Parts: sequence; C-alpha cells; structure tokens
Amino acid sequence: MSINWFKYSSPQTFFPLAGKLALGFGVLALLACGVGLYLGFFVAPTDAQQGEAYRIIFIHVPAAWMSMFLYLVMAFWAGLGLAFNTRLSGMMASAIAPTGALFTFLALWTGSLWGKPTWGTWWVWDARLTSELILLFLYFGFMALQAAIDDPRRADKAGAVLALVGVVNIPIIYFSVKWWNTLHQGASVSLTKAPTMAATMLTGMAVMAFGFWFYSIAAALMRARCIMLERERASEWVADYARGSG
Amino acid sequence: MGGGLREGIRVNWGSLENFLAMGGYAFYVWGSYLVTLGLVIAEIVLLALRKRSALARLRLHGAAAQENR
Repeated sequence: MSINWFKYSSPQTFFPLAGKLALGFGVLALLACGVGLYLGFFVAPTDAQQGEAYRIIFIHVPAAWMSMFLYLVMAFWAGLGLAFNTRLSGMMASAIAPTGALFTFLALWTGSLWGKPTWGTWWVWDARLTSELILLFLYFGFMALQAAIDDPRRADKAGAVLALVGVVNIPIIYFSVKWWNTLHQGASVSLTKAPTMAATMLTGMAVMAFGFWFYSIAAALMRARCIMLERERASEWVADYARGSG
Repeated sequence: MGGGLREGIRVNWGSLENFLAMGGYAFYVWGSYLVTLGLVIAEIVLLALRKRSALARLRLHGAAAQENR
C-alpha cells in the first residue's frame, strides 16, 4: 500500500482534510486541557516553597514550550516553501505565526504574574526573559512584513527569510538559563536528570502541554483554511465551496 | 460534571472560598488563567469571523460575476 503524500500538498485537496483535522484536534485539546486542569488543581499538591502561586506552572511552561516549538515549525514550513516554491508551505507558515505569538505573549504574561510574588518583580532584563521578548517581536515582525507585501508569493519569500534568520534565537532562549546567570530558574524538565518535582505536577504539566499542542494544530489549520479561501479566491473549487456553504 | 467539580473543590480545598483565594495568590493565579482563557476564546472567535467574511466576499464576487454574464 502506498500513500501519495503530494495529493495533500495542493490547497484544493488539503482544505477539506484540514477542516476535519481541526475539529479532531480541537476536541483532543479540550479533553487534554480538562484532564490537565483537573490534575493541576485537584491532584497536584501545594508547593512547599511557593504555596499555591506555583500553579501558574501548568500554563506557563506549556505556553513557553509552544512559543519555541511553533516558531521552529513555522520556520520549517517557511523554509520548505522557499526551497520548493510550494503554495501550501507559505500558507502554513502564515497560519502558525499568530498562534505562536499568542503563546509567546502568554508565556511572558504568566511569567510576569509568577515573578511578582516569587521574585518580587514583574520583569527583569535577564537573558531568558529578554530572548523570549525578542521571540515575540520576531513573530510580530514576520506578520507585519507579510501584511506589508501585497503579492502573497513575495510576502511568503520575505517572511521565510526573516523566519529562518530568527531561528538562531530559539537555542538562545532554551540555553539562556545555562549560558548566563539568570534570575529565571533552570529547565524544569531534563532528559538527563531525575525529575525534581512531584510526579503529579509533572504529569499535569505534560498533559497541559499536549492540550496546548493540539489546540495550536487546530487553530493553525483553521487559519490555514481562511488563508486558502482568501488566496485562492479566483479558483473554481473556492467558488464552489462558497456557493455550497451559503 | 458540575457536581463533580463542586465535590472536587470541597474535597481538595475545603470550600469554594479557599479555592478562589488560592492561598493568597488569587490575583496572580487567576490573572494567568483568565487571560489565557480569554485570549484563546478571542482567537477562535476571530478565526470564525475571518472565515465568515472571506465566504461573504466570495459570494458577493460570485453573484457579481453571474450578473455580468
């Protein structure tokens, strides 16, 4: 049995598939976040040092992971579009950017609300916080650059160059807590060391991360469908779809 | 579901007031969760509106094309 992957590389065939996938991942996101919040508020114990303030972790860490991961996925699609000049790749990159910016903002926002009671300050210009702020500006820059160029193919190319150059910021964010002396603590989860937090805390955080991940896929696919309708408006299949959904 | 939630709050937090107080960190904890929820809902609403306006424009365009025929 062989699957023709290129079948789904055209917007016309991808559009209905994206709709089904968005719905499925949306349901999965709702389920995972429900379980994750249950674990976070009803199963995970109170932290010995931080009391209940630590419960921000269940959205802060998953949001921060997603902010970096989505940037890599966005840059991957952008790079693919630049290399192979495929229409769908640029659409996927554009579809991911606002959701990536959302999670970057949430990582900064929840981090600020966590920093005030635990560090005594809303903000500090340490390497971790500053590089995450730069990530937010990279997302905004990508979106603004694409919005400023009328021709979608040229907008995709310009955005792709920006996205690929910005990839250098991701390892800087991730390793900032190791490379520099930061107020921000080190990595919460490490592959090489035994977990330093209660298993239920870790599980709750992981389940929330899956929830955010599924949500990101659903949101990006929904946005990709909008972009397809906007960009392919001259094509017959879009006209047919618009008539059928009226 | 609602009953299970109430039961969960009672068993784990003693009372709804305790749960909402978050050990004195209510502003920080709920400030994080409510803004997250609000922005996620806003994104979904904006996506739905964007699709609707794209389809409305397409239909307008289609109708104009048919009249010109």
